[in-house]
Amino acid sequence: MSTKQMLFSGFGGQGILFAGKFIAYKGLIDEKQVSWLPSYGPEMRGGTASCSVIVSDDAVGSPIVSKPDVLIAMNLPSLDKFEDNVAPGGMIIADSTLIERKVKRDDVKVFYVPATRLASENGMPTLANMIIVGKLLKELDDFNEDSVNSSLKKVISAKHADMMEVNLKAMRIGAEC
Amino acid sequence: MAEKVLMKGNEAIAEAALLAGCRHYFGYPITPQTEIAAYMAKRMPKIGGTFLQAESEIAAINMVYGVASAGYRVMTSSSSPGISLKGEGLSYLAGSDLPALVVNVQRGGPGLGGIQPSQSDYFQATRGAGHGDFHMIVLAPASVQEMAELTVKGFELADTYRMTSMILADGTMGQMMEPVALDLEVKPAPEKPWATNGTKMQRPHNIVNSLSLIPDELEQLNFARYERYRVVEENETMYEEYMMDDAEICIAAFGIAARVSKNAINEARRQGIKVGMIRPITLWPFPKAVFRRAADHVKTFISVELSMGQMIEDVRLATECKAPVLLCNRVGGMILSPEQVLEAIQNAAKNGGAN
Repeated sequence: MSTKQMLFSGFGGQGILFAGKFIAYKGLIDEKQVSWLPSYGPEMRGGTASCSVIVSDDAVGSPIVSKPDVLIAMNLPSLDKFEDNVAPGGMIIADSTLIERKVKRDDVKVFYVPATRLASENGMPTLANMIIVGKLLKELDDFNEDSVNSSLKKVISAKHADMMEVNLKAMRIGAEC
Repeated sequence: MAEKVLMKGNEAIAEAALLAGCRHYFGYPITPQTEIAAYMAKRMPKIGGTFLQAESEIAAINMVYGVASAGYRVMTSSSSPGISLKGEGLSYLAGSDLPALVVNVQRGGPGLGGIQPSQSDYFQATRGAGHGDFHMIVLAPASVQEMAELTVKGFELADTYRMTSMILADGTMGQMMEPVALDLEVKPAPEKPWATNGTKMQRPHNIVNSLSLIPDELEQLNFARYERYRVVEENETMYEEYMMDDAEICIAAFGIAARVSKNAINEARRQGIKVGMIRPITLWPFPKAVFRRAADHVKTFISVELSMGQMIEDVRLATECKAPVLLCNRVGGMILSPEQVLEAIQNAAKNGGAN
């Protein structure tokens, strides 16, 4: 039995919910059980937007991720808020462009990805989220271009189909970090 | 089976309502159910239906009354404070024996409360949605798939028994996305010979009204209504049993609390504790019989709720005090953790609930 509990967090507008939705769809396409639960309400207008994503071989019980195996932190308030909750042996991926401090935990795997800078340097300033997703998939050993492509088709509406290629490019940049 | 799509619970309710043939939606925005209205606003105009944002919840429920009188499938949705405002209308719907679907995506209360998930409208939904002797059929989904399926079921039951069906969800169920298959089986709506849809000069006028000033006639109306309720109790009770075969501890939980409890039960089973769950899917009618049967072998019941203990009363009534019923709860928008439920199970086991 394998269950990955993931928490995506950052500022509203960084595409946190989108990144989580992409991972949930990828799980669905890979024939896993999945759930996606956003934070909602006033907390979204403060420091952090977040969403819980669970991808599992078995039926998902509670959709609330309180002890994530994977924490994506795209800003400092998110890292401050959730760092201590990460399960021992888990993983933290931090956007090191926006988070200047280091992770304090020494019992988790930590990856610093300067996603916001890389996004801006590569002319895709709104896709730091997908650079991080690329890194996540690589570290989960799950970067399968077929299912990545199918999942992108699910989360990018037909109206924005021209964004497919640049999203894929962003993920490849992340995977190479 | 149809291809599964990821949908929010709120969106699944809206899409399922359309699939069930509902073409009239009236509502007023309130977190955490606004996606239902937003979905309807987008879709209804495209399929020849009516989406109307009313000036208030009270107006919306009375618009529902109007369309229900004309015999069409109709719905409204809101969250806790908004449902309180609809209370008068819910009583009038019952008094006029009109079918309708009402969705309550609960948030913490009382008063304006907060906007985070809660289950503290259980009493309101199952006991006192408004004045007078009446019941609604109350459906409690615990997955996005069930949000869709119970919406269809809600319309069908409403039509069959001329009652209001209520979907009693909560902020988590409304906001979460899960895979959902929308190849739902929908039974056609029954004939509604009572509907006020025009006589075409071929039949006497139908009158839909809840006013009845002659006491013995009003008494007979109440008796007849409760006879119908008895049939609902007999035929339409729904529940899920989880690991109950050898259970010595039984969790009672619905909706999101049942989801959290499942995690705790799985962990407790790994530790060798004989625990299971009865998850009511209909809160009214409450699945009394299965609880009464369970009380023959269960040593302790634990009611897991996001309220100060409301469903626990139904569990106690159903089990006829044959075993203690404990409460494990969070309120105000806080959600139980699987660890908290596990601890309650472990404590019950330690205190002789199970070995």
